[in-house]
Amino acid sequence: MGILSQPIGVIAEWLRNLLLGWGLSEGLTTVLLYLVGALVVATVVQIWVIFLIWYERKIIGRMQDRLGPNRVGPYGLLQPIADVIKIITKEVIVPRGADKPLYFLGPILMNAGVLLLWAAIPLMPMVGMDINVAALYIIAVGGFATLGILLSGWSSNNKFALVSAIRTVAQMVSYEVPTVLALLIPVLLAGTMSLHGIVKAQHVWYIVFAPLAFLIFFIASVAENGRSPFDLMEAESEIVAGFHIEYSGMVFAIFYVADFLHAFTIGALAAVLFLGGWRGPGAESFPLLGFVYLWIKAFLVYSLGVWARGTVPRIRVDQLMDFSWKFLTPLALVLLVLAAVLDHFVFGLGAWTRALAHLLMNVVVGVLVLYYLERHEHARARRRRMVAQPGQYPVARPPRPAVAENPTEAAS
Amino acid sequence: MTAMQIIFLLTAIVTLVSAFRVVTTPNMVHAALWLVAALVGVAVLYVLLSAPFLAVAQVVIYIGAIAILMLFVIMLTRREMRDRGPQTGKQWPWAAVLAALLFGGLVWMVQSVGLAAAPAADVPETAIADLGKALVSPNGFVIPFEVASVLLLAALIGAVYVAWTRRNS
Repeated sequence: MGILSQPIGVIAEWLRNLLLGWGLSEGLTTVLLYLVGALVVATVVQIWVIFLIWYERKIIGRMQDRLGPNRVGPYGLLQPIADVIKIITKEVIVPRGADKPLYFLGPILMNAGVLLLWAAIPLMPMVGMDINVAALYIIAVGGFATLGILLSGWSSNNKFALVSAIRTVAQMVSYEVPTVLALLIPVLLAGTMSLHGIVKAQHVWYIVFAPLAFLIFFIASVAENGRSPFDLMEAESEIVAGFHIEYSGMVFAIFYVADFLHAFTIGALAAVLFLGGWRGPGAESFPLLGFVYLWIKAFLVYSLGVWARGTVPRIRVDQLMDFSWKFLTPLALVLLVLAAVLDHFVFGLGAWTRALAHLLMNVVVGVLVLYYLERHEHARARRRRMVAQPGQYPVARPPRPAVAENPTEAAS
Repeated sequence: MTAMQIIFLLTAIVTLVSAFRVVTTPNMVHAALWLVAALVGVAVLYVLLSAPFLAVAQVVIYIGAIAILMLFVIMLTRREMRDRGPQTGKQWPWAAVLAALLFGGLVWMVQSVGLAAAPAADVPETAIADLGKALVSPNGFVIPFEVASVLLLAALIGAVYVAWTRRNS
């Protein structure tokens, strides 16, 4: 067992022997090792957020024809560090009338909901917890983040925060349905709910099998994260800042970290479920290489989200609900049923034949959906033309001011 | 005492204290949150009993759906979050007697069956696949499964019907 083929295994074994040598019992050592592992993963991903903040600000800056951070350090790389130092020194203010324990529990729960996801992600071959219900686990821990937002919105004793919390719950509950349905397609193709099993089964990446499911998963996950264009929970023009309006200092920073980390975690999950996870040339013999592959794939999907954030305007609340319930959910249901039926017939064939059959099904469904949307849009345009007769207006207009016969009367 | 036993004891204490606080705290939102804590404790107990599917299902259904719905409803409907009246009704001694009887009965049952002494059964690797097959096989639980599905579908249609606003009226 060399350090190259089993990097984590070697370190864990060394630590275990060290602890056993100190006279600790077998069970306690195992528990301690799990705790150390959890601590390392949680710390590393949260430190990674410092880089993500710089990256996102830079990319969004470029998209908006600005330079982004460029003063502190080379290319502004040290800007997030300066921000961290600033935010640590800021005072944490608890508003009067706030429910203090819940006020501090909210951000903790929200951050925990994201960090718990990392427990199930297979970072490299044979590393990471192999939970045999991992796919369901991912859905389950998402509930903690929702709970955190709901709590922080309510306990702040601020009506804007409460409105934001209620919007968040409506949005998260709605978008959980297409996420679960899209998640079921890789589970169905791999025949297992374990994320390690799903990665191992992807001799051909599942994005080839199910490109539409990938899109649905990505869109619905971004909506669950509450990022633009689905950021109604923090719509500045309507509810000031949303559920975190009353938070300041480090407590606010926890929300900030959770938001960025969630965006990257969505990338990691999409990479594991649809882009082959740690799969890549040489990953089986050098697990660290697999980790690099996973990180690159996650980063690519994350960049896709940043791109959407920088370019797509925020959607209205009725569009938000319609998009989930009338478009994504039915489409995901149809795809799931079709994938199940199709897989029954092509299961025994080779990986590529099976992939092509699924791809063909996806293309057909995609074309039909586009055709339907086109006709729908035509019908709406026709209705609009029919309504717009002379003297009538397709949209409500403010009543015209009555033209006064006497101009001086109108002025008064 | 092994590490597992320590974890079990800690979880059991947290679960019981939370369950007690659910009924004693006057604040509705706090009560709902103590309920969440108790449900998490039960989920951890399922994990300790090597039933990960039940544990995760517990979190998805009870915390992800039911507890959040409860909190949502409390926040939407109640202006006053604090109950002013006493925390106990008139019949609390009877309820206490019944609860004690139920607890005693359960303890007696577990003792008489000898569950506590029985060795833990090995959970097969394919437990979840077996569960899935049992739910849809004619020899298994396909009829209860389908009945439950029809019931949920009826509830769904009913919700849509209740929420429907008629355009004409």
